Amino acid sequence: MERSSLQNQAAAMKKSFFDQGYLDEQFYQLEELQDDASPNFVEEVVALFLRDSSRLIGIIEQAMDKHPQDYRKLETYMHQLKGSSSSIGALKVKNECTHFRECCAEDNLEGCLRSFQKLKREHAILKQKLEAYFQLLKQMGSAGKATKSGK
Amino acid sequence: MSVATEAQYHVLAVDDSLIDRKLIERLLKTSSYQVTTVESGNKALEFLGLHDEQRESPSVSPNNEIEVNLIITDYCMPGMTGYDLLKKVKESSSLKDIPVVIMSSENVPSRINRCLEEGAEEFFLKPVQLSDMKRLRPHILKGKMKEPQQQQQQQNNKNKNLNNNSNNNNSKNNNIKLQAATKEKPLMKGYLKKEQGLDSLMAIV
Repeated sequence: MERSSLQNQAAAMKKSFFDQGYLDEQFYQLEELQDDASPNFVEEVVALFLRDSSRLIGIIEQAMDKHPQDYRKLETYMHQLKGSSSSIGALKVKNECTHFRECCAEDNLEGCLRSFQKLKREHAILKQKLEAYFQLLKQMGSAGKATKSGK
Repeated sequence: MSVATEAQYHVLAVDDSLIDRKLIERLLKTSSYQVTTVESGNKALEFLGLHDEQRESPSVSPNNEIEVNLIITDYCMPGMTGYDLLKKVKESSSLKDIPVVIMSSENVPSRINRCLEEGAEEFFLKPVQLSDMKRLRPHILKGKMKEPQQQQQQQNNKNKNLNNNSNNNNSKNNNIKLQAATKEKPLMKGYLKKEQGLDSLMAIV
């Protein structure tokens, strides 16, 4: 009983991620790749992403503090961040990376600064949501036999 | 070992992104390929036995133990790009028959054409998906057909292959044109995702 209500909670949580544009269909692709041979694949990739993206954001933050700005370098870092967000389906973060790169291309410092603040916010929110989601899945796992999350 | 099955095909995946390496590894393993992942073009060449061009001797296969049936590489990498790696593979007498697929997060037609012209079999738009894995097998089989015998016979066949390749090039170009045309669909999908946002998700899913 408890497990099915947890299941409903998890499904509703996941649905909200998609409805609110935090995740896109690439996340489903990750789920497709999870199986008995790799039962924690999605969580592992997401954890990797959160660690890697946090690191990159730290590097970008430091780079932003340098004057004059090295826009080409910033563009490169953003390209990396955009790539990994795209790979896990982190839609809002990915889109903000695109916007940031556009500002870089125009050497638009103010635009970059604003975009970066937004990016950090989106990233923090996504991190919070995903961590809560996997925490819930863990609870489900201990409430009964762990199964692949349905669409 | 008498029948060649998918489980025996070995793919070398090259990508500087750790996340993408993990992803491509899972994609390939799920599709029953043996996988080796490396983080750079240089590491790839090292793995393939081409550390030092001058040392490469046509009479000795660099890596007798390890056979690579396909190379899939990211385009944008620091240092040696996927394009540079492609060129080096195609310029190598021992490696040129290995099919190479390029991946990129950016849909740049001139980039795609340049890679195809240099001998890449296909171009995948990132993020690479399970459905893309099906497109690998024909290239691997084509590469296999160039080696009718086992690895040990590779040297004998090299001379035959040199002659065959000039004939194959014409049909290969036709195949590339066909592939370029069918590629439009996956490329379009990339556009749809980017341009139209969430609304298109309902349609795709």
